[in-house]
Amino acid sequence: MRGRGRFGEYGGFYVPEILMPALEELEAAYLDAKRDPEFKRELKRLLTEYAGRPTSLTLCENLSRKLGWPIVLKREDLVHGGAHKTNQVLGQALLAKRMGKRRLIAETGAGQHGVATAMMGALFNLPTDIYMGGLDAERQSLNVFRMRLMGANVIPVQSGSRTLKDAINEALRDWATNVADTHYLLGTVCGPHPYPRMVGEFQRVIGREARRQFRRYGAAPRAVVACVGGGSNAIGLFKDFLPTSAEIHGIEAGGRGIASGEHGATISTGSPGILHGARSYLLQDEHGQITETHSVSAGLDYPGVGPEHSALRDSGRATYWSVTDDEALAAFKLLSETEGIVPALESSHALAGAVKLARRYARREKLRKAEWRSRIEDAILVGLSGRGDKDMETARGCFPELG
Amino acid sequence: MSNTRYSKVFRDLAERREGAFVPFTVLGDPDPEASLEILRAFARGGADMVELGIPFSDPVADGPVIQAADLRARAAGVTPDVALGIIKRFRDEYPEMPIGLLLYANLIHKPGLSTFYRDLAAAGVDSVLIPDVPLEESAPFKKAADANGVDTVFMATPSTTPERLGRIVKQGGAYLYTVSRVGVTGQDSSLSDSAAPLIKKIRRIAKVPILLGFGISKPDQVRAALTAGADGAICGSAVVNIIAEHVEDWGCRGGDAESVKRLCVAIKNFVTSMKRKTIV
Repeated sequence: MRGRGRFGEYGGFYVPEILMPALEELEAAYLDAKRDPEFKRELKRLLTEYAGRPTSLTLCENLSRKLGWPIVLKREDLVHGGAHKTNQVLGQALLAKRMGKRRLIAETGAGQHGVATAMMGALFNLPTDIYMGGLDAERQSLNVFRMRLMGANVIPVQSGSRTLKDAINEALRDWATNVADTHYLLGTVCGPHPYPRMVGEFQRVIGREARRQFRRYGAAPRAVVACVGGGSNAIGLFKDFLPTSAEIHGIEAGGRGIASGEHGATISTGSPGILHGARSYLLQDEHGQITETHSVSAGLDYPGVGPEHSALRDSGRATYWSVTDDEALAAFKLLSETEGIVPALESSHALAGAVKLARRYARREKLRKAEWRSRIEDAILVGLSGRGDKDMETARGCFPELG
Repeated sequence: MSNTRYSKVFRDLAERREGAFVPFTVLGDPDPEASLEILRAFARGGADMVELGIPFSDPVADGPVIQAADLRARAAGVTPDVALGIIKRFRDEYPEMPIGLLLYANLIHKPGLSTFYRDLAAAGVDSVLIPDVPLEESAPFKKAADANGVDTVFMATPSTTPERLGRIVKQGGAYLYTVSRVGVTGQDSSLSDSAAPLIKKIRRIAKVPILLGFGISKPDQVRAALTAGADGAICGSAVVNIIAEHVEDWGCRGGDAESVKRLCVAIKNFVTSMKRKTIV
């Protein structure tokens, strides 16, 4: 291994010996590809022609008026596939091809990463197995169907809490067994080196575009807000804003409230530990057993978080806090009603965080609601990581009054 | 050094021209008292050393049989403290038996490395293997282990490159946990063909004792492991499977003294049948 994969005291590669050569191979392929103009050209082409980048930056006039502070969305919901996941699977699929791998495996929580990987399986003509927690497969049955439609094999995982963490365990076991010909297309900035850095770099296109696009309003937004499960859309959005004056807010899943113990607020309530290949913040008990999480959004229902977020938290450059299921659902409805944009339940957490910040800023500056436009250069930039189509069944259960 | 227990046993075995048979179980499976009985059955059945797991919520290197054992033990309230309590009692009864521990990194990280290794040493543990800590991440763990006289055991696998293998065997250790196939723990019908070449590769560069593990579930595979050049064989899933089958029969009423006794007879007989194949 050429790098140590460290972000401060976090990261690393805590994996069984059997996987080390595969990680070394992946790191070498990634470092090599990064310097290869042909690889960069091909990735750029796919991001443009296949994924539909660049995505828009949308000023939400109705919502801004309602909150009294300008809100701008980075529209990853418009990426082909319906979420930011497509950005990085293209990069990893190209690497898999470069390494001569003949099969893809992946884990998925909400199903978005599974869908994105299934897209790659179809596009690059590679057999694809997707591990998905049994509980997640039930609550995201439409995504299961989408994956199968694209030719992927979906394997429901019935061990443990039957959610994302168990799907990762099973994918790691598969990889250990089929390591020679299989690429593990990990879906977020978690896991062993080189995944956190590699996935983060592939997702960085979000923030790079957003920063350029924001110049039409000002130098840098007052705040950049994204939801954090594993944290890939957040890292992708945050990175290019780290050197600016913008506040950085990562919004975690508060579930039924922190006091209830049923949540996925890893950084805001957890402690450092070792899981799934990296040292990072974790939700764990006093003995180091990983605890079960809850969130209305399957994509945030995970007891770990990417190591770079842990380092950003400790350095104080980013702030992590949570909103509850109910607050996220209210934001989900609010954006749908005011702007005609239905966000994913994951992204609704970021939006709920932004709503709180907007009210705080407006109050602090005693700004009248009608004057929101006067602070346009201080807008709040929200990472709208995905669209809510996949969440219709869950949402329907939460808003029975709509039929 | 506490690894004197290992060196003494390996020396005695060599004199008798025997291989080592090493059964594995998850501490506290199916409950702490029955688990201690199982360890005694290991010893009475002729185990030369034992390899023990501490139940963890996310055992990524283990197949379904050992995952289920972790679940049973945790459901029976087995924490690392309870597990160490079982070891302590076993150690008092078998002061010469080498005891190896296999556990995941977070269980050591959470209480803190020096605290945990101190407690392990006090319980009478001789060696520790952490399946999710490869060589590159092992320094702080090994340092804490060394400070407490606990041995650090590493793994060699068919995918380990010669360059890595060289660095791994340089770490020393009471033995090298050698895995003859890719994948996770489980039971195979025959020994992998890659065992002999891998062992040969290790022999060329080091004199460290080699214990072969993963997939060994039948007496003939123990013999095959020794023929391939190993100093002994580790058997986990097949042992744990015997526990699982018995516990399934017990159903929800749990195991009374008689049922636990029957389980331990089965375990002891199995260990004896495996051990017999280490004697030429």
